[in-house]
Amino acid sequence: MNIAEMTALELGRKIRDGELTAPGAVQSVLDEIKKKDGNINAYITVTEAEALARAEEVQLKIDAGEYKDSPLAGVPVAIKDNISTKGIKTSCASKILGDFKPPYNATVIDKLSQAGAVIIGKLNMDEFAMGSTGETSYYGETKNPWNTDRVTGGSSSGAAAAVAACEAPYALGSDTGGSIRQPASFCGVTGMKPTYGMVSRYGLIAYASSLDQIGPVAKDAADCAAILDVICGKDEMDGTSLDAECGGFLSGLSGDVGGLRIGVPKQCFGDGLGSEVKEAVLSVAETLKAGGASVQEFEMPIIDYAVPTYYIIAAAEASSNLSRFDGVKYGFRADDFEDLTDLYLKTRSEGFGNEVKRRILLGTFALSTGYYDAYYKKALRVKALIKKAFDEAYQKFDVILFPAAPTTAPKLGSSLSDPLKMYLSDIYTVSVNLAGLPGISVPCGFDKNGLPIGAQLVGAPLSDAKILNAAYSYQKVTEHHKKAAERFGKGAE
Amino acid sequence: MAWETVMGLEVHVELATKSKIFCSCTTEFGGEPNTHCCPVCTGMPGTLPVANRQVVNYAMKAGIALNCEITRYNKFDRKNYFYPDLPKAYQISQLYLPICRNGRVPIETETGVKKEIRIHEIHMEEDAGKLIHDDFNDVTKCDYNRCGVPLIEIVSEPDFRSAEEVIAYLTKLKSTLEYLGVSDCKMQEGSMRADVNLSVRQVGAEEFGTRTEMKNLNSFKAIAKAINYETKRQIDVLERGGRVIQETRRWDDNKDKSYAMRSKENAQDYRYFPEPDIPPIEIDDQWYSDIKNSLPELADAKKIRYMEQYNLPEYDADMITSQKALADFFEATTDICNNPKEVSNWIMGELMRKLSDEAVEAKDMKLTPASLAKLIELVEKKTINRNKAKEIFGVAFKEELDVEKYVKDNNLEQVSDEGMVLDIVKKVIASNQKAVDDYNSGNKKAIGFLMGQCMKELKGKGDPGVVNKLLSSELNNQ
Repeated sequence: MNIAEMTALELGRKIRDGELTAPGAVQSVLDEIKKKDGNINAYITVTEAEALARAEEVQLKIDAGEYKDSPLAGVPVAIKDNISTKGIKTSCASKILGDFKPPYNATVIDKLSQAGAVIIGKLNMDEFAMGSTGETSYYGETKNPWNTDRVTGGSSSGAAAAVAACEAPYALGSDTGGSIRQPASFCGVTGMKPTYGMVSRYGLIAYASSLDQIGPVAKDAADCAAILDVICGKDEMDGTSLDAECGGFLSGLSGDVGGLRIGVPKQCFGDGLGSEVKEAVLSVAETLKAGGASVQEFEMPIIDYAVPTYYIIAAAEASSNLSRFDGVKYGFRADDFEDLTDLYLKTRSEGFGNEVKRRILLGTFALSTGYYDAYYKKALRVKALIKKAFDEAYQKFDVILFPAAPTTAPKLGSSLSDPLKMYLSDIYTVSVNLAGLPGISVPCGFDKNGLPIGAQLVGAPLSDAKILNAAYSYQKVTEHHKKAAERFGKGAE
Repeated sequence: MAWETVMGLEVHVELATKSKIFCSCTTEFGGEPNTHCCPVCTGMPGTLPVANRQVVNYAMKAGIALNCEITRYNKFDRKNYFYPDLPKAYQISQLYLPICRNGRVPIETETGVKKEIRIHEIHMEEDAGKLIHDDFNDVTKCDYNRCGVPLIEIVSEPDFRSAEEVIAYLTKLKSTLEYLGVSDCKMQEGSMRADVNLSVRQVGAEEFGTRTEMKNLNSFKAIAKAINYETKRQIDVLERGGRVIQETRRWDDNKDKSYAMRSKENAQDYRYFPEPDIPPIEIDDQWYSDIKNSLPELADAKKIRYMEQYNLPEYDADMITSQKALADFFEATTDICNNPKEVSNWIMGELMRKLSDEAVEAKDMKLTPASLAKLIELVEKKTINRNKAKEIFGVAFKEELDVEKYVKDNNLEQVSDEGMVLDIVKKVIASNQKAVDDYNSGNKKAIGFLMGQCMKELKGKGDPGVVNKLLSSELNNQ
């Protein structure tokens, strides 16, 4: 087996066993990037020199006996470009941040460093994580490795594409309304959004603060568990991070789903869901049932309100979060301006792309005097109702099974012209963020065009271990998650 | 036509916490531009605010001392607006659930009017930075040192009817907050800033008039002047048949005038919404009672205690307790010399005069309780006389002084030796025949002049009692 095909855990084991070296692994991944990324466009920045130097450093420590308990030591990782990396350009795929290099690391970056990870670059994404296709990036669209006429999904487009195309063993993405799970599904990889607060958001450039969460994108659930072990935990720098017990995700994977109660919400398998997707997702229930789980359908009508609720809350928070990009302190500043107001107007008009502007306008409107009660306040009330509906469901079930998206990856250029349609495609993912739940998307089949389909397993707050184990159990007896590596990693040197 | 002024106050107070409200940067005033800041308080992308518990403690203290209800479940909100001194382009403040509500502040004006001012709310928020306009190079520079310095805003109901009441209220606030140790309340440095909302109406009217908001009031004096100016201006406008425009006005203390800054008629929409980065603050019973029990004795209680425990007159007790620094000084000095009446006399007389003459705030003065206690002791023991004591007080006011050593080094001990004094008395009588004649011919006042001459000969150190006794008997024995 060559390096590109390996999961992060396999690669880490071989590095620690001395079969491979960290610099060798980095070089191999850099070669894959060089070979493929001109076509895929998963990366905005590749930090070749820093990565090689860092790999040497980590290798020395491994040779000296360090990192014995760090399964990811020496393994390269790629980071979505909205996660701050000290001294490395962090652009959010927006013109407005220019060549902004943060003077600080996100907490997750520090945690990865302590675990011996080697950052190889920063990944493309929808601008400010706003988009479901990977097409709103200032740095150009990312293409789906399975079919480069297709989108990758978004907003963690580069993360999903890089892992699928074996241009990175694993990646960190962020998920505000499905931004990890939906592209993971379109690209045939495993992506997880942890419980809100499980992972520190410090250094994650905010889109919608109450919904954003950093999570892993990887080849399988075991990798996701190992990554979550590293990045989770209470952070003094993030008041919303939870003071809950975390870790032990990898060691907790048993592969046993005996007695697991799986709920299937009827509302998520009705109109608008393609039959191929429906079949593939329901097959996950059958597989887990064969392993000893129970499966039951149930009603969850409130889910129909998730998309409008999400787009009001997310846009409102975004309109405020993105106000700081004003051309005064860092990043892009328009050239000619008359006065302060003109500086703001020109900088923001020229610096933001259309989708970002659309959401800023939407959010500004929703928070305006006279509309606040009708939109934002009402949205908060619906959010509470959605959370309540999930809480009730988790009285009866351990895990809820959804599709990750209503279709497989659409064609490039077919979505942006109709933003409302694009928003509606987030139907299966946004409610999970609104309720702050953990969710994982696992490959569960392919459509007739050979495009991957993803199923989503969603748990109660803080039941991250449970959904990881369900996904792991499923992947133990299925092969869908291995197809990407087989197809895109085999040809590697 | 009789007019009535109606005012409400918005008072911003910088809290004296060591670190800022949402990060660990120092709150120290001054410093080179942009040296007291970090990625959090400069609002760099991806950074997050974390609420400083001490800020909540201080706000709660202020609220309890001002008889407010404490909102046990309170929240921060975002106030959105663009300005270069506000690096996140929103200020984290409290709109929907402020930490304190419904307070009451009893006041008494100089002329003895007693009333109660209602507090609408107190909320916590972050301060903004400062813009420095460099006209020479035609650029504006941003200094973010002040960004994130914690503030409380104390919002009163429109309960004021005169500048006097406003000053009495501010004095009371200042005193209370100083006692609590939650702010140093320096108006000059901007750690206490009062905005006055003012309108006028005809006496007896129910409705409020249109109000203006006055800013940039940097002293009590400026506040009084601005209130009188604005009252007159609004009355003039109305009496000439015009209407008052709802606007913010800036007071110019050099010109004794205010200027319209911006109209509030098309008020900016701040799009307030709950701050998603900071979880709601839940104050449980334990937290609340810990803070309540930590409150020090405040001015009103102290005043009554001084009157009862030390027998001070009400006026003296009131003056001394009006400033924490004075009360602390009084108590520390009394603890040493156990002579409250004398301590109070020195504070009410000499100290007040010095503070006023030198324009020094009591909390900044150099005089130590040990110095004053020693002076009082030396006067009691007749080691020095009262006039010398006043001279030494003048020195001790300016620098820390070992009074006993100073007296010795400068040879200031009182001369009470009757033989020595008698020699001087005889010498003065011999060389001032005219005054002696005056005295003998019935002008008893002439003795004052002769006393003065004796003291002069004694370099001011004579024991006045001894000098007086010997001089009288010598004159009468002639």
